[in-house]
Amino acid sequence: MSEPAVRNELEWRRVSPKYVWVDLLGTLIGAIITVGALSIPAILTRIPWFWLLPGIVAVVFAVTLAVTPRRVRAIGFVLREDDLVFRRGIMFQRTVAVPYGRMQLVDINRGPFDRAFGLSELKFVTAAAATGVTIPGLPEEEAEELRDRLAALAESRRAGL
Amino acid sequence: MTDEIRPPEAPPRAQAPTGLADGQWHRLHPATPLLRGGIVFLAILGVVVVNLRDVFINIVIGIDEDDPFTFVIENGYVGLILLAIAVGLAVTILFFWISWRMHTFRVTEELVEVRSGVLFRTHRRGRLDRIQGINVVRPFVARLFGTAKLEINVAGQDANIPLAYLSGPQADALRGEILRLASGLRAAEAAELAAQNPGAQSSSVLQRRMEELLAPELEPGVAPPESIVQMSVVRLIGSTLLSGATLALIAIVVAIIVSTTLTGSIFFLFGFVPAAIGMASYAVNRVTKSLRYSIALTPDGIRVGFGLLSTSNETLPPGRIHAIMVSQPLLWRPAGWWEIKINRASHSTTKGAAGQANTTILPVGSLDDVKKVLELVLPGAVDSEAIELLERGLTSKGGDDGFVNSPRRAAWIRWFSWRRNGFAITPDAVLLRRGAIWRELIAVPQARMQSVSYRQGPLLRALRLAAVRLHTVAGPVTARLGAVDAEAGWRFFEDVALEAVTAAQQDTTHRWREARGGTA
Repeated sequence: MSEPAVRNELEWRRVSPKYVWVDLLGTLIGAIITVGALSIPAILTRIPWFWLLPGIVAVVFAVTLAVTPRRVRAIGFVLREDDLVFRRGIMFQRTVAVPYGRMQLVDINRGPFDRAFGLSELKFVTAAAATGVTIPGLPEEEAEELRDRLAALAESRRAGL
Repeated sequence: MTDEIRPPEAPPRAQAPTGLADGQWHRLHPATPLLRGGIVFLAILGVVVVNLRDVFINIVIGIDEDDPFTFVIENGYVGLILLAIAVGLAVTILFFWISWRMHTFRVTEELVEVRSGVLFRTHRRGRLDRIQGINVVRPFVARLFGTAKLEINVAGQDANIPLAYLSGPQADALRGEILRLASGLRAAEAAELAAQNPGAQSSSVLQRRMEELLAPELEPGVAPPESIVQMSVVRLIGSTLLSGATLALIAIVVAIIVSTTLTGSIFFLFGFVPAAIGMASYAVNRVTKSLRYSIALTPDGIRVGFGLLSTSNETLPPGRIHAIMVSQPLLWRPAGWWEIKINRASHSTTKGAAGQANTTILPVGSLDDVKKVLELVLPGAVDSEAIELLERGLTSKGGDDGFVNSPRRAAWIRWFSWRRNGFAITPDAVLLRRGAIWRELIAVPQARMQSVSYRQGPLLRALRLAAVRLHTVAGPVTARLGAVDAEAGWRFFEDVALEAVTAAQQDTTHRWREARGGTA
């Protein structure tokens, strides 16, 4: 790993470990539906090599499931003085810095699995669609506290477009 | 509708305050219904008249046909029908009149408001400090009536407030007033400023129309009279011929010739016709549109004008440009031509005058033109040092030239451009340079940047490289730079993230003249 050393100096806040289960369940359901749909031709025609495609997809999903805990651990964010830094990804790493003054709104989303585990997803919207910062797996209380804090920070550092 | 702010002794002038920006509700030009919907009405009338002529001929020659007109005439319903037409006309005119009465707008110190619609009322309101640009559009027909459409663009998708139509001079003057209000200048000073502008009053209406039609796009007194870039016809036609579309056309022609000679059938020739028509209309559009291209600096921002028959002329206040890309298609290289596109927060539904997106602010220009335009659009591109850096950003082959370029190992994924692929951070803007075949230079003012990202996939990581991207509002420019050194890229990320914060805090362009002490 030739990661720039500086990057690890930041004190990354992690998302809740419970989010692993949410992610696993979501991926699992996706996997069952996709592999099931891809298997239909093979089941109907009984041609053995038709199983190849669903097989490959199943393996990909299995690998995804296996690395999910690591992937969730790789999600991190830091609230610095003037901006929020967010990172995610193991293979494809992405780090984004968003100044508080640029935040147009903060969304809280809760999916069914999120609710079951008492988690929330925080989404930041700036004037640029490409910013794409979504912090999943935050405990509900923490998410709400974070939202209020970020809204206040955004207000105090309000800038134009 | 008295204007309390205007000093009473101010004589009426062409550029004097219109009184439209006084916070009261005003109506649009009386010819508005005719210009907006009337054209269709006239067309229908034309069709009816043409049909009637046929009927008339039939009656004279004596051929009996069963069409509705003869039926009407034979059964003596003429009076009834005429009455129906008269009532229909009256109702239409009444409706147009009511809709014109109901369509009102007002400009206050803080916002622009438009109320319209008879059955379905629309009320649109835009904040002046969110204005991204004001466009004065003159479609050909409206121009004949001496009217213009004022379009106020605020940030957002389809977030424009059109005022269609106003009389031409009124539209220009109102734009000036709105910009002055938006700039944070106090109204009294604005009136004073307006009164200083000399204006010419012509005697007859006809003469005035002619003058308006022939006048340069930038009205005197508000903008320096001449554009800083002169568009030459040769360059315009040349650049159109050397565009990618022409290459595609040549490819199509070759394909058709080959297939025709191989198969011996001329069937494929027909495929050529639509392509040729499309190409020709594209070329004609581009040339006629850009023929009277002009760009100039006014106290309230940059003014870009386009169009030959239908003209459009837009003022972009300072700090409304979110990203700038100077690019050079391969075929333009021998001629040394460049093109400049920008990202902006408003997405106008009316395109630039002839269908070209209004994000192209220089359709084609030499290196000198590019430098002049960059001086206008890029804050901080003022001293010779900065200009030289920009020039190196455009033409340099790479090396130690003020840019942090990719290391040699980047040649694995940037075969030709790795020497040139790099970035530079100036006090006002971040410059990204990329492409050796299709050369591009992207500039993003720190004060406009929304966020910054740093990413690394497996391939980039194996090569100890990374990709960085500056996020701006959506537009034709994507400020992304791949294959930079991982360490340098991370430093870039850190520096830019920090500078974006400070630049945004110091930015005062939403009230651009307030910051300069209220003087222009």
